[in-house]
Amino acid sequence: MLTAADTPTLLLNELPEGQWASVVDVTVPTNPVDRDLVLRLVELGFVPGERLRVVGVGQPGREPLAVRLGHTTFALRRHEASFILVSPLT
Amino acid sequence: MEGEGLALPARIALLGNPNCGKTALFNLLTGSRQKVANYAGVTVERKEGTLHTTSGRRVSVLDLPGAYSLNALSNDEAMTRDVVTGHSLEALPDLLVCVADATNLRLHLRLVLEARRLGLPMVVVLNKMDRVKKLGIHIDMDVLARGLNVPVVGTVGVHAHGADALRAFLDLPVEATMLMPWKAHKLEQVLATQKDVARIFQRVVTEPAVDKDRSDRIDRLLMHPVLGFVALAVVLFLTFVAVFSLGGWLTALIEQGTSALGELLRTHMADGLLRGLLTEGIIGGVGGVLAFLPQILILFLFILALESSGYLPRAAFLLDRPMSKAGLSGRSFIPLLSSFACAIPGIMATRTISNWRDRLTTILIAPLMACSARIPVYTLLIAALFPRDPVAGALVMVGLYALGVVAAMAVAWVIKRTDRDRSRSPLLMELPAYQWPDPRSLAIGMWERAMIFVRRVGTIILALTIVMWALYTIPSPRTHAQGAPITRSLAGELGHALQYVFAPIGFNEEISIALVPGMAAREVVVSSLGMVYAMNGSEADVDAQLRERIHKEWPLATKLSLLIWLVFAPQCLSTFVAVKRETNSWKYMWIMGGYLFGLAYLASLITYQLTNALTSI
Repeated sequence: MLTAADTPTLLLNELPEGQWASVVDVTVPTNPVDRDLVLRLVELGFVPGERLRVVGVGQPGREPLAVRLGHTTFALRRHEASFILVSPLT
Repeated sequence: MEGEGLALPARIALLGNPNCGKTALFNLLTGSRQKVANYAGVTVERKEGTLHTTSGRRVSVLDLPGAYSLNALSNDEAMTRDVVTGHSLEALPDLLVCVADATNLRLHLRLVLEARRLGLPMVVVLNKMDRVKKLGIHIDMDVLARGLNVPVVGTVGVHAHGADALRAFLDLPVEATMLMPWKAHKLEQVLATQKDVARIFQRVVTEPAVDKDRSDRIDRLLMHPVLGFVALAVVLFLTFVAVFSLGGWLTALIEQGTSALGELLRTHMADGLLRGLLTEGIIGGVGGVLAFLPQILILFLFILALESSGYLPRAAFLLDRPMSKAGLSGRSFIPLLSSFACAIPGIMATRTISNWRDRLTTILIAPLMACSARIPVYTLLIAALFPRDPVAGALVMVGLYALGVVAAMAVAWVIKRTDRDRSRSPLLMELPAYQWPDPRSLAIGMWERAMIFVRRVGTIILALTIVMWALYTIPSPRTHAQGAPITRSLAGELGHALQYVFAPIGFNEEISIALVPGMAAREVVVSSLGMVYAMNGSEADVDAQLRERIHKEWPLATKLSLLIWLVFAPQCLSTFVAVKRETNSWKYMWIMGGYLFGLAYLASLITYQLTNALTSI
């Protein structure tokens, strides 16, 4: 799959609030429940190349995350976000 | 071959993502010609209606539950998948109308591509075309139609003539269905489809470099960890102020109307059983049902408007973390908020919670939210407690609401503790772009909820009011020398026996009797107390007399104990029925009833004994 070795990548749950990033890769979990969720994330548009940013976080504990992707904002848990690998844009 | 297999569509189905504006479009197409029911054997809402094409032909429209994908993750999505793949009891539609939000094609085109493989004749509807212009987006519909090899029409679900292009399209013949076998897609195939989406999107849509959508800016305030909660508190405060002020005023009007009608009958009919049945049973029952309606409708107007504007999903987002402490998720927020109007629509709204354990917990605690039927009883008792201090009264009222919420969270926490299944409940929720609510959809949504209440709750309350009237009118075979007629009736006998059960929590015989008909709905407790004390006159008179007697005759501990009882006790048969229906299980119905009675008894016992102990010092 797509991984650019020269750009730093982090998990979506580690992305600082407000920072634009582009999706680099999606991890496929082994747990079937998580696998269904990740498949849904891909269906919703969390696919390599798409731009996104975190526009809001729940408190305490930065949970859940509100992620802006295209014209939609999605609320997701940090756990779900941890399957999305992103690369910050400058 | 031309012309062969072509026919005018008689049945169409609307398929689309949640938030594509499908409901507004369905409401525009069908108006009030709608039928809402459940799909056979499941608690998934089935909405069907009739529309008229441009030539005046009637076409039946099935509004499928919103689905992001045919790879179903919820009951709603599974139902939609089964209908369009021919795996349900529903007949296949002659034409699949795939609705996409034109301002958000990047998200919505994927379902269109997925649906295209089904082999059903199809048309793509680009909805919200008015917003496309406002946001400076340009869509080349011809290129889209050629790229998809499917006809494309544009609509505006919120304009009176916004569906004219679709109505005209429905006068064109469609090909016969060639249903293809459907199989859930794996990740690689989904990624491939997304590549197709990106390719088509790039050719068809031109967007301005700067995003003109103001949603992010609004979100910075409304989803702020501190200011967001302040905004939420203000919104909820204004909502409840409207419910109490405006709703209270309308309720008073309805009560005056029904008592005037009762008075009219009383003066023009001879005294007898029939007059009693009409005035106390039927008019009292209907009036009792209608009296809640304004408060319920005002609360639902606010809930529907806030939900369709995009705000409530944000509130659910904010509350997700606090509610997770009690073992719930933000998804429970809207059903619980609805339960403040009436637990029945609240329990039905839990269908949007895909996690069964979360949904069951929400159903079980929904009756603890102070529904509008509690308002008259609370008001009466509080007025008797603090006859000259409205501020203290208002504070106690707020306290009773808060007590219900706190108890609900505590119960949810206990349920979570006792549950062996500790799996995480997912929260994947769209926070749609902010928009103005569509008045037509608000009106239809309120009408639907009013009908749920009148049918599911009203009929039960009315029937029970009549049964109860009979119970306290038919004299008991055993004779008592004295007392109001009600104390010598069957209900009186029952209440007489119950007073021994209720003595430890401070309820006298009068309260015990009134609680028997109060099973129908809490509000009935007020009129029953009036009857026990043999009071006559209009509802307002009875209220005033009751307030006076309660104030003078009942000890403080009894008044407090009854208030607390009414916060918890499951005095609403309709809720039992709704829990049975939505969980499809008698077991959960009895669990709900049992724990609420237990909680009510325990809380009242503590209140009564503690108050007595404190006041006797």
